[in-house]
Amino acid sequence: MMPAQELAAGPARSAGRPVVPRLEVEPALVSPDQATCQVKIAAHRLSAWFGAQQVLRGVSLDMPRCQVTAIIGPSGCGKSTFIRCLNRMHELTPGARTEGVIALDDQVVNTRAVDPVLLRRRVGMVFQKPNPFPSMSIRENVLAGLRLTGSLRRGAGDELAERALRQAALWDEVKDRLDEPGLGLSGGQQQRLCIARALAVEPEVLLMDEPCSALDPIATARIEDLIHELRLRYTLVIVTHNMQQAARVSDRTAFFLLGELVELGPTERLFTSPSDPRTEDYITGKFG
Amino acid sequence: MKRRGRASERLFQGLCLAAALVPLVVLALLVGKLLVDGLGRLDWAFLTSFPSRKADEAGILPAVVGSLWLVGLSALFALPLGLGAAIYLEEYGRRGRLADLIEVNIANLAGVPSIIYGLLGLGLFVRALGLGRSLLAGALTMALLVLPVVVLSAREALRTVPATLREGAYALGSTRWQAIYRVVLPQALPGVLTGAILAISRAMGETAPLIVVGALTYVSFLPDGPGSAFTVLPIQIFNWVSRPQPEFLVNAAAGIVVLLVTLLALNGVAIALRNRMEKRRAG
Repeated sequence: MMPAQELAAGPARSAGRPVVPRLEVEPALVSPDQATCQVKIAAHRLSAWFGAQQVLRGVSLDMPRCQVTAIIGPSGCGKSTFIRCLNRMHELTPGARTEGVIALDDQVVNTRAVDPVLLRRRVGMVFQKPNPFPSMSIRENVLAGLRLTGSLRRGAGDELAERALRQAALWDEVKDRLDEPGLGLSGGQQQRLCIARALAVEPEVLLMDEPCSALDPIATARIEDLIHELRLRYTLVIVTHNMQQAARVSDRTAFFLLGELVELGPTERLFTSPSDPRTEDYITGKFG
Repeated sequence: MKRRGRASERLFQGLCLAAALVPLVVLALLVGKLLVDGLGRLDWAFLTSFPSRKADEAGILPAVVGSLWLVGLSALFALPLGLGAAIYLEEYGRRGRLADLIEVNIANLAGVPSIIYGLLGLGLFVRALGLGRSLLAGALTMALLVLPVVVLSAREALRTVPATLREGAYALGSTRWQAIYRVVLPQALPGVLTGAILAISRAMGETAPLIVVGALTYVSFLPDGPGSAFTVLPIQIFNWVSRPQPEFLVNAAAGIVVLLVTLLALNGVAIALRNRMEKRRAG
């Protein structure tokens, strides 16, 4: 069957491809069809540990440009660890380590030669719980990434803040109170503020770690609409334990179990006719 | 049975209440007596005069100025050192051997009697470094004394900053230092300041190490710089208390009122800062 092929094809493809260093990639709008063939960020035989405990076991997964890849699986299956490896946040945990290759635009990024700080400016992240900086206003929060890294040009702040807030579909709600504290917003607004903050540094990839798990259904719907728009511009990887959400927002879905990638396929296919019995058990609610 | 249980419950509650009231009552009596004795003596002239052989002409100006110098200088040394050490321990060397070693040492330092610090200051700053019986030597000694307080409170403050904020900063591509400077420190600042003020009030009240270091008991001039000889409020008070004439005891009471008011004001600021911080964190 086709799914089995696809599962086999993933690792083989990235294994066979020569890993060539490239310097910069121009951000461009690509139509989703055209994008499917272009791999933006890829993991190859990625394993990860917290101390002696192995949480990822040889995961190989390509994430194509301008598509939404959803990662689903029960708690503790390693899905969060996986995306935290992609921007090298995992290694910040004391005792954490990884093996295997992570490549961004065919360039290996998890080596000592690559500065994780520079990688994280290209691979942004939105967290489970909205975490706006409490000592900053809405505007300062959006510009925090640029300020933190000292790359904000004088006088450019207002324009950049507006653009990021518009992209995050928050502009109309906050344009009259940009100088109020970010913590004064509702949970859903705070999360969109965090998305705006991540977008303001103009990343190429946006990782989302269960971005709606702390939000109510209406706020969740707004974030999902936003994900639909953002996929045209960014490579999105979203971790979710909500299978309906994965079905609604993603183009491809990967199912993780016990640190392994069990199945990968187009979202619709994975949810309607999974090839692995474990996937079927999970999506039909036999465990999880 | 039930009744007896209730009676013993009441008895226990009463005993605990008494235990809580004893220090309050003692403090109230002490302050009351001081106010009765000293308040009449407390006027502008008392605050702005030099000490004198005549009790009713004596004032505490050099002691107040000396205390301010001493506290200011020791804060200047202790705060950056303490904050730096706290940042290292909390943000960088969390689980290393070196961090463990430093941690044990700081805990030990906090338990060392203050007179020992005085001897250390005498040996190191006054003699070995040749600073003499100066404000600088006194301030450095005092800085060592309050350092553990600063480190411990700053660590506490840094620890209350949620990890999610640090992660948020890292995820935006900030270095560790940028995350600390722009996100963690602003959030921890009220707590750090609270600790700093507590340390300062400790430095203000300490006497023993300064006597060992060689602060003077009778000063008829204002210190003109870090190299100057000096006295401080507690030493001036000690000096007056040890005089035989009862008029000087009144002076001592007035001096103690000045010292207590200053300390209470500092503690009040610390509490206000903490409350503001808690409110901000809740909102």
